[in-house]
Amino acid sequence: MNNFDYFRAASVQEAIGLSVEEDDAKYIAGGTNLIDLMKYNLTDAHTLVDLTKIRDHHEIQELPDGGLRLGAFETNAKTAWHPLVEGRYPLLSRAILAGATAQIRNMATNGGNLLQKTRCYYFYDANVPCNKREPGSGCSAIGGYNRIMAILGTNEHCIAVFPSDMCVALAALDAVVNVEGPQGARSIPFADFHRLPGNTPQLDNNLQEGEIITGIDLPANGYAQNYSYLKIRDRNSYAFALVSVATGLKLEDGHIQSARIALGGVAHKPWRDEAAENFLKEKEPSVPVFREAAEIMLAGAVGYEHNAFKIELAKRAIVRNCMMALNPETQVPGAGPSL
Amino acid sequence: MTLIPSIGQPVSRLEGYQKVTGAAKYAGEYKAPGMLYGYVVNSTVTKGKITRFDTAKAMSLPGVVEVFSHLNRPSVGKFSLQYADMDAPPGSPFRPLQDDEIIYNGQPIGLVVAETFELARYAATLVEVEYATEFFQTDIRPNVNSARSPKIGMATMLKPPPPKPKGDFQKAYDASFAKSEGEFYHSTEHHNPLELFATTTIYEGDGKLTIYDKTQGTVNSQLYVANIFGLKYKNVRVIAPYVGGAFGSALRPQYQLFMSVMAALELKRSVVVTLDRSQMFTFGHRPQTIQTTQFGADADGKVNALHHAAIGETSRFEDYTEVVVNWAHMIYPAENTLMQYKLVELDVFSPLDMRAPGGATGMHPIETTMDDLAYKLKIDPLHLRLINYSENDASLNRPYSSKELMQCYLQGAEKFGWDKRDPEPRSMRHGNKLVGYGMATGIWEANSLPARAEMILTKEGKLQVNSAVTDIGTGTLTVMTQVAADELGLPMEDVIFSYGDSKKPFAPIQGGSFTVSTIGSAIKAAAGSLRKKLFKKAASMKNGMLKGLELEDVVFKNGRIELKTDPLTFVTYQDIIAENNNEPIKALKFSVPNVLKLKKYSRATHSAAFVEVEVDEELGVINVTRAVTAVAAGKIINPKTARSQILGGMVWGISKAIREETITDHRLGKYMNQNLGEYHIPVHADIHELDVIFVEENDDIVNALGTKGVGEIGLVAMPPAIANAIFHATGKRINHLPIHLNDLL
Ligand SMILES: Cc1cc2nc3c(=O)[nH]c(=O)nc-3n(C[C@H](O)[C@H](O)[C@H](O)COP(=O)(O)OP(=O)(O)OC[C@H]3O[C@@H](n4cnc5c(N)ncnc54)[C@H](O)[C@@H]3O)c2cc1C
Ligand code: SF4
Repeated sequence: MNNFDYFRAASVQEAIGLSVEEDDAKYIAGGTNLIDLMKYNLTDAHTLVDLTKIRDHHEIQELPDGGLRLGAFETNAKTAWHPLVEGRYPLLSRAILAGATAQIRNMATNGGNLLQKTRCYYFYDANVPCNKREPGSGCSAIGGYNRIMAILGTNEHCIAVFPSDMCVALAALDAVVNVEGPQGARSIPFADFHRLPGNTPQLDNNLQEGEIITGIDLPANGYAQNYSYLKIRDRNSYAFALVSVATGLKLEDGHIQSARIALGGVAHKPWRDEAAENFLKEKEPSVPVFREAAEIMLAGAVGYEHNAFKIELAKRAIVRNCMMALNPETQVPGAGPSL
Repeated sequence: MTLIPSIGQPVSRLEGYQKVTGAAKYAGEYKAPGMLYGYVVNSTVTKGKITRFDTAKAMSLPGVVEVFSHLNRPSVGKFSLQYADMDAPPGSPFRPLQDDEIIYNGQPIGLVVAETFELARYAATLVEVEYATEFFQTDIRPNVNSARSPKIGMATMLKPPPPKPKGDFQKAYDASFAKSEGEFYHSTEHHNPLELFATTTIYEGDGKLTIYDKTQGTVNSQLYVANIFGLKYKNVRVIAPYVGGAFGSALRPQYQLFMSVMAALELKRSVVVTLDRSQMFTFGHRPQTIQTTQFGADADGKVNALHHAAIGETSRFEDYTEVVVNWAHMIYPAENTLMQYKLVELDVFSPLDMRAPGGATGMHPIETTMDDLAYKLKIDPLHLRLINYSENDASLNRPYSSKELMQCYLQGAEKFGWDKRDPEPRSMRHGNKLVGYGMATGIWEANSLPARAEMILTKEGKLQVNSAVTDIGTGTLTVMTQVAADELGLPMEDVIFSYGDSKKPFAPIQGGSFTVSTIGSAIKAAAGSLRKKLFKKAASMKNGMLKGLELEDVVFKNGRIELKTDPLTFVTYQDIIAENNNEPIKALKFSVPNVLKLKKYSRATHSAAFVEVEVDEELGVINVTRAVTAVAAGKIINPKTARSQILGGMVWGISKAIREETITDHRLGKYMNQNLGEYHIPVHADIHELDVIFVEENDDIVNALGTKGVGEIGLVAMPPAIANAIFHATGKRINHLPIHLNDLL
């Protein structure tokens, strides 16, 4: 970690300008991930542009279409505890609160959460090959200790997991990411925001050079009646998900009108499967029905030496979480298994 | 005002306020004018030679003062023996920056010294190192064929080899009515105390150093530094008033001490070297072990054949050993036994005692095998322990100095509600979670060592007590203050215990649960001597009320010496000091355990742990929802700090059973989860109801205080009790630790 210049941007425009002018500039928000990357010598940031002092994009705002806009610079903690989020998007609130620790959530921002790096051990060790860190150098995780790695959407280039909890709920809710950059503003549907490793495992997402996330829009339907977030991990708090599931169900006359299921801890991005969700439509909710949806979701899963258990675990977690969604009040704090 | 006597009172730790407010200063927090900051460069390969060590880029940064390596290290400490500290196992200790040889991953190979910590850390990344790498081995499992017997040395004294075989194990086992056997694997663990290792060396000139070190033994660090750097003992002062946890990791001087002193002497400036969290994984650890057991019993449940074998990991340069296989026969009096202990050399740093070393390792297989045997015999697991209860230590054919394990079993079972257990696995549920009850026995040695203590009755009538001992967070300051106060019949407020300083009277390293017994005995001895001196003065006072009396006639109470039969006949300490021309009165004593007497007895603390787990049947998620540990540890000086010790041990037991492990990539020979985000020690959400019982145990043999120590006994029984409870809940016997949720899917 070297000395660096530090700028406090007053506006998004100023921040974008600074990022274009200064060499090796990086945006910093809560710093909970970026500072670690700097300490591990994984990021060469000569200039930090602090986004958190920008006046705008902090608040949680209602949108005319009945949705909600989450300011990108608002903290994870304030977002999770906001009455509008708790009331209308409890799935999101639960997912955020299942992540990290209270201290980290107090610093971490909504924008930063979308851009956090994988927790792959080999990525964090600058002395071993890693295609994400150094394209073409190889993937140490494939033949190594891969208990925490992905089972879906992997390839020979990278089997890393995108570790966010919040984003699993955002994926389930069909959020939209608003960004502004040197080329202007645009909106990215959540499903298109993060990437699979493909041939470019160094790219986690489709954000372009210099672009800033300004906000996240939630559509009107927050699945507030039947929802559940389940996080399975190696300790009850302060650990990343081995498998997590966000479920939102819309029920009518005892039948599933629409279902949203997103998986965390299993892929390079939050994992959705249209076929599984369509399968559930019009079905009466039951363990066998959810199990079948789970089978569809995990059909293409590939396990590695230490993480093959995740395939069956994910299926069981989906079933459990869907059952929990039928009875949201049974959920325990910390998104542990209940029922 | 504290109560008199203070022994037995749940006194809060005296330095608690300083610690929670941040006022307590730790080794890396001292400042001196012109101080420099060191940051260590570590090897990124596991074995080989350094072929290039280029410091040009690092040195070119303004503010970087020096980069030390094997190339320019001062020529001190040429002989391996100079590096042997009080706790060094047989072999030749690691010598930092000795040569170009790399013998383990993370080995310190350089020290960058700069004007700030951040600069030193950055400059360290600019040091360019190249290596010629060699083949290495870090996994114990494929190397069991190279297992051999450990070498014997000084450190072996406190770590006896396995007891000799008895009877004919194989024959008895083969003929047993019920048999149980198992193979067990434990992965590496790192101590990870909250306080990072640090040393601040204050350069005083004239070959004099004052060193603030993270250590469990100020005298040990002092000897180490003086020996290596050829300094006079009296010129090296090591101070460590606060130690932010250690758990054994600071029993031996670690490399930051060498680095800090080396740089300070060379640069003639004060230097602080602080390790970062990932560097906390670059010295000692609890070794990987493979163990096997075979226990046989007759139809009544009497265990008649015991076999326990362990293979532990060590480095290629020292034979680190633990007492792993000696316990079973200390507890269960079988006629036929076979205990074996071997080592495998690997390309790692020497393992290092970690809380209940060997005990935490060995009790898991022993008590899991007993549990399994109970199932084979269709006898309740607790009942099986009672059937095999022994007042004697059968392994050495001698009585225990005291043993109230029976009360631990009975009181623990009662409090826990063991009788509500349905023995059938998978038979109990809370909602849809499987519930399991498990229990296990715990044992740990009750040792004490020689130590010195000084007591001074000051002019002001206060009692000044001095010892070099540290307080590693266990409550030593508080407990020693209690002991001293009661010895002289003073309130604790009138006692000043000064410690954590090598200039003070000799104390051994602080570990093995022997500190209270060791330093407490020394204080008791010094107090005896001081009381004699005070009485002599008092009895010789011209107009004194005690004239002509004998020491036996009086008591030391309320700041005065009183006639036993008439409290109104007395002389105050103040008067005695006045009689002494207002000069303080001192006593210094060296206390040595009475080996001849102690040899006739085995001395141990005992415990019984009872645990409830809940396991999510489909998802495998495990929670230890309830645990009771009943402990027999002789006299409990301070029930509050003692309870904290047991609770901490129980939490560690939960950690060992279902949470923590160091993950090694054996292709790289490297530990991969070198931070507290990925090295999973329990968080609050993992810890539920914990309860501690101290059963009454009187022991006038162990030492003058009757104390046995509580540092490790809280840990040893927990991992097997949890593993047994998981079996009861799920019907699955998982014999490796930690047990992960996927083991139960
Ligand atoms: C020990 C630990 C445990 C954790 N556990 C969990 C967990 O269980 N679950 C979980 O979900 N998360 C977990 N986290 C991750 C945490 O949620 C993220 O670190 C946090 O959300 C990042 O937000 P930040 O504001 O601190 O980002 P920063 O660290 O400031 O930035 C992260 C990245 O995003 C960029 N950036 C930040 N904001 C913007 C923006 N608005 N526009 C463009 N670029 C931006 C930065 O340049 C940087 O590259 C954990 C973190 C730690 C350290
Ligand atoms: S899984 Fe991805 S991040 Fe991890 S080592 Fe392989 S390429 Fe790097």
